[in-house]
Amino acid sequence: MTKATAAIVGSGNIGTDLMYKLLRSGLIEPRWMIGVDPDSPGLKRAADHGLTASADGVDWLLANARPDLVFEATSAYVHRENAPRYSELGIQAVDLTPAAIGPAVVPAVNLGQHTGAPNVSLITCGGQATIPIVYAVSRVVPVEYAEIVASVASPSAGPGTRANIDEFTKATARGVETIGGAQRGKAIIILNPAEPPMLMQDTIFCAIPADADRDAIAASIKEIAADVAAYVPGYRLRTEPQFDDPTPMSGGSAGSGGDNPPVPPRNRQWARVAVFVEVEGAGDFLPPYSGNLDIMTAAATRVGEGFAQRILAERA
Amino acid sequence: MPYSAELDVRVTDSSLRDGSHAIRHQFTVENVRTIVAALDEAGVPVIEVTHGDGLGGSSFNYGFSAVPDQDLIATAVATARQAKIAFLMLPGLGTTDDIRQAAGNGASICRIATHCTEADISIQHFKVARSIGLETVGFLMMAHSQPPEVLAKQARIMADAGAQCVYVVDSAGSLIMDGVSDRIAALVAELGDDAQVGFHGHENLGLGVANSVLAARAGAKQIDGSTRRFGAGAGNTPVEAFAAVTERLGIKTGIDTLKIVDAAEDVVSPVLTNPPLLDRLSLTMGYAGVYSSFLKHAEIQARKYGVSGAEILIEAGRRNLVGGQEDQLIEIAVGLAGKGKASA
Repeated sequence: MTKATAAIVGSGNIGTDLMYKLLRSGLIEPRWMIGVDPDSPGLKRAADHGLTASADGVDWLLANARPDLVFEATSAYVHRENAPRYSELGIQAVDLTPAAIGPAVVPAVNLGQHTGAPNVSLITCGGQATIPIVYAVSRVVPVEYAEIVASVASPSAGPGTRANIDEFTKATARGVETIGGAQRGKAIIILNPAEPPMLMQDTIFCAIPADADRDAIAASIKEIAADVAAYVPGYRLRTEPQFDDPTPMSGGSAGSGGDNPPVPPRNRQWARVAVFVEVEGAGDFLPPYSGNLDIMTAAATRVGEGFAQRILAERA
Repeated sequence: MPYSAELDVRVTDSSLRDGSHAIRHQFTVENVRTIVAALDEAGVPVIEVTHGDGLGGSSFNYGFSAVPDQDLIATAVATARQAKIAFLMLPGLGTTDDIRQAAGNGASICRIATHCTEADISIQHFKVARSIGLETVGFLMMAHSQPPEVLAKQARIMADAGAQCVYVVDSAGSLIMDGVSDRIAALVAELGDDAQVGFHGHENLGLGVANSVLAARAGAKQIDGSTRRFGAGAGNTPVEAFAAVTERLGIKTGIDTLKIVDAAEDVVSPVLTNPPLLDRLSLTMGYAGVYSSFLKHAEIQARKYGVSGAEILIEAGRRNLVGGQEDQLIEIAVGLAGKGKASA
């Protein structure tokens, strides 16, 4: 069977890890690895695996090749420059940077709506790990407020994340609302330097009505966790979902900015479900503790396969 | 110097910020008004007002505020006559938008806290704070967990980003005497005239005042405390005791000892319905090196799941949890409860 062809733009750690995942894909053939530094170890690794590797950047790629798909693992700034050039040539782009140009996609939730989009954004690692859970709750009961806490090992947080951590919290909170289905979202990220490094751990809190069907919520959460694990094998629930009854302190004026604080409507308080997940990386190239990076490359692979299915069906 | 050259150290009272933990973030506008008025009258030069976890801290994870931070900050600014109003923010939780809003409400000192190995996530926030004319302070939390030379390097990152003072923050109340002096001295040597050095102590091992005096002797120019120890864990360095001790030692703070003693007794104490104690749990935190703000959360989860609060905290220490990971205490409690059942 023929495969859709793909270029990886960005030969760093993420691009390299992604290459190993794409090499296993039945639908995508990674054919080009594009960097800007001739000494990049990622380019050498790609060449060793039979890809065409170039250090001459996207200019070289677009002058010499016409991939079906491009995976961008550079930076938000670079992707903003490159995105219009890809779409002009009809190359679908999967954006692993925080540039947020195309619609945001979480494969377990909304991939089906966007397989024809010229450009899709994978939001953030914290978003990929937590938004499915918010969605699982909001498809059962209305979620007036959801909050996620992403803890990642310090060595797996790169300079881009560190230089603009506000971008992470804002983009993730937005995804919790628009894709997760919460009326209001909040995101928190914690970097933990423990040695040996901790696995990525995420906690998802959702406000739920006091009389919500807790069994139905728990079942929905387990179902979506299995859906995510289908493309991120190291994704798992650490405990059963934990429910709390409403208390006088379970509502209040949460939130950054304070201009629109989520407060439970008068005369009632929120109950709460707390969900604890852990993401162990597949160890393709990046160490297993960096589940935050693995979930991005795994989600990118799943999204790319969704694109590839559509492309190949059209060709057939 | 950003304050009077006649003072040897500048004290920041954190009753209305770290104290927020002790009353589960339920400060009212009236609490802020009366406490700020009393501290201001006693000559406390800086008063910090925010949710215990800083701007944006009001949440499921840390506890919802009764009143939005920004309203409390505006109240404090309107009340203080001489004291400057400071606020805390943690990158990854609060944002630069929150900083701008606090500045708009009249706060003048922005204190930015990171875990003590992660200073580089604060660079964007220091730059914004300085660009809008705020005085800046950096907070290296859980400072007991790293040796002096590591802290000094992290302090340099904050100073280069625009911090005018960098604090050694003993979040776990775990530093003992020389451990404070060595760390302060390392920061003073690294920062020189580029930034001041500060110390934030807790009482979990009963050393808040002694450690703070040693910090001042090692060159710290800013010291944190809380009147009536109003703070997390076993509470913060008691400002009234620090004022009395420094007066006796001839270290000038500008605080009127008798007035702050009265303020502690007559104004702050009545608000502190559940005073922080040096008891089994808080001592465990100092002993095991656990973030002081975990105390109330551990108590709640211990009650809910019928497990030992001390065991939750010890496990938190074993996992090297850092400030902000309150969510993990729930998971630890669930695990302990499951273990109990399995062996029963």
